[in-house]
Amino acid sequence: MSLIANLFGQSPIRPMQEHMRAAVRCARQILPLFEEMVAGDLAAVAVRRQEIDRLEHEADRIKNEIRSHLPKRMFLAVERRDMLEILDYQDSIADVAQDIAELADMRGMVVPKALASAFLDLVRRVVIACEQAERVINELDELVETGFRGREVARVDEMIEELSRMESDTDDLEERVQRLLFGIENELGIAAIFWYKLTDDVAGMADYAERVGNRLRLFIAN
Amino acid sequence: MVLWLAGVLAMYMAWAIGANDVANAMGTSVGSGSLTIRRAVIVAAVLEFSGALFVGGHVTDTVRKGMLDMQLVQADPQLLLYGMLGALAAAATLLAVATAYGQPVSTTHAIVGAIVGFGSVALGVDAVNWGKVAQIVASWVTSPLIGGVFAFLTFNLVRYSILDRDDPFEAARRTGPFFFFFVTFVIALVTLFKGLANLKLNFDLPVALGLSIAIGVVGAGLGWWVIHRVKRASSGDDDRRFAGVERIFVVLQVMTACAVAFAHGSNDVANAVGPLAAIAAVVNNADLSQKAPVAVWMLSIGGIGIVFGLATWGYRVMETVGRKITELTPSRGFSAELAAALTIVVASRFGIPVSTTHILVGSVLGVGLARGIGALDLRVVGRILVSWIATLPIAATLSIFFFYFFKGLFT
Repeated sequence: MSLIANLFGQSPIRPMQEHMRAAVRCARQILPLFEEMVAGDLAAVAVRRQEIDRLEHEADRIKNEIRSHLPKRMFLAVERRDMLEILDYQDSIADVAQDIAELADMRGMVVPKALASAFLDLVRRVVIACEQAERVINELDELVETGFRGREVARVDEMIEELSRMESDTDDLEERVQRLLFGIENELGIAAIFWYKLTDDVAGMADYAERVGNRLRLFIAN
Repeated sequence: MVLWLAGVLAMYMAWAIGANDVANAMGTSVGSGSLTIRRAVIVAAVLEFSGALFVGGHVTDTVRKGMLDMQLVQADPQLLLYGMLGALAAAATLLAVATAYGQPVSTTHAIVGAIVGFGSVALGVDAVNWGKVAQIVASWVTSPLIGGVFAFLTFNLVRYSILDRDDPFEAARRTGPFFFFFVTFVIALVTLFKGLANLKLNFDLPVALGLSIAIGVVGAGLGWWVIHRVKRASSGDDDRRFAGVERIFVVLQVMTACAVAFAHGSNDVANAVGPLAAIAAVVNNADLSQKAPVAVWMLSIGGIGIVFGLATWGYRVMETVGRKITELTPSRGFSAELAAALTIVVASRFGIPVSTTHILVGSVLGVGLARGIGALDLRVVGRILVSWIATLPIAATLSIFFFYFFKGLFT
């Protein structure tokens, strides 16, 4: 057997990008989900939930594959620990999307008129933030190509900067939805708690997206 | 009779070297699709043969008489005859068995271990030139390290001068010919400067320098010509920004793969031909500590054996290796091969038998240390150490056995 041939392990870079693509595919489903919740189409919500479940399983499958291909003896361009941490954040995006769909379906939640437009604004913004994180992860192979130096790093830094701005936008939008929510909490009764949790979860997806970027930045800076 | 037997064993060694090791040089280019198997075999054959013929004499010299005290051997040359025959048989056996079990074995380690083995037991511990042996063994540690450091630096240079530019494609186009010049120049200089004694050519420094510059310029011109036929990636697809640059590196990598093939031929031919040369000297009653250079015909035999191994079996190994190392993108392959080729060729010129595979592994790790490669399996380093520890004593023991076997057989 050739030593040279055995020297090369499977690079986790492309699978990482694949996983991020799968996770963001989950995140993207949240927008039609909320549109259906606004329209009160609970049958569609149930179908949507199944779709999100399916996508989340796909992300899980890729995640497990990456983990099993990252034994300690591998010498990686991106350190194992950093890689696994980024992977965890990516995976959380899909997980939280799944949680949201689950709650929406189980409780048959229809978005109150007063929250509808603000909620959709928040969701849109969150999805955009997740997509930005996906773009950042898509630069991983270019980062490896340039050996994590120079212009490419500056480029990615800027993208991560943009991601941070997007995330703070979602914070503002979240607060708006929550203020509106507190305004009608008496009418909603116990449901208010679940709506509060949903806003928290939706905004949380952008949080994880931002962490993906920040973790990568920390690694690049080393 | 003995000469024929030695010839057959030497041919087998050369065949095995061609069959197994050449793939390391050309596999990358086959894997990236820049050379068809057919072309890779032809190109490798030409370069392996030239390497063996032009530079192979120095290491062969070391193998045939550098490791043993020829003054002592002169007393009973027959012992050297059986010993070298035993060393060939030992290395060949070890190689065949290891290959059957899928274990990588360095032919260099096998032959050096075998010669030291029979030398110290059959001829006496004093007959071994331990200083030379120590130097060789030390080079097995230092040469992969040098290759690694050199590859690390080369890749950083590539990064600085090409990948990190505003327009990497244009930068690669401009820089490429210089790399061509550098590699052809260094190899030419190493080959020409007082190196071609066996071809009755003896160039002093100014002549060698002048010729090497000329050859380097021709190489650069050739590189320029090929590089400028590479088209820029047409689509503005942002995700494939570096695709065009890598296409230029494909060209550069074919060049360094050729350099590795040349370097490999220049070092490894000795593993087959060295013992044969010693045996031929004994049979012809020549002065064993002769100053005469290794005969061209003998190096040619080695070269032909390597080419034969390549043509009959090596192309398959090349295909497998090529498939498995697609992770080594052309810019990385280029950096590692440039470093490895120059390290090996310099070792060859100084007559030091090194393991080309280990140097190549060291060079790839060097690029990896510069965070240039996605994932490297460090178990390979462990396997190298194991094969180190296993190959030397086994080869030595086998050669002692074969020595007494042949001695009994022929007397």
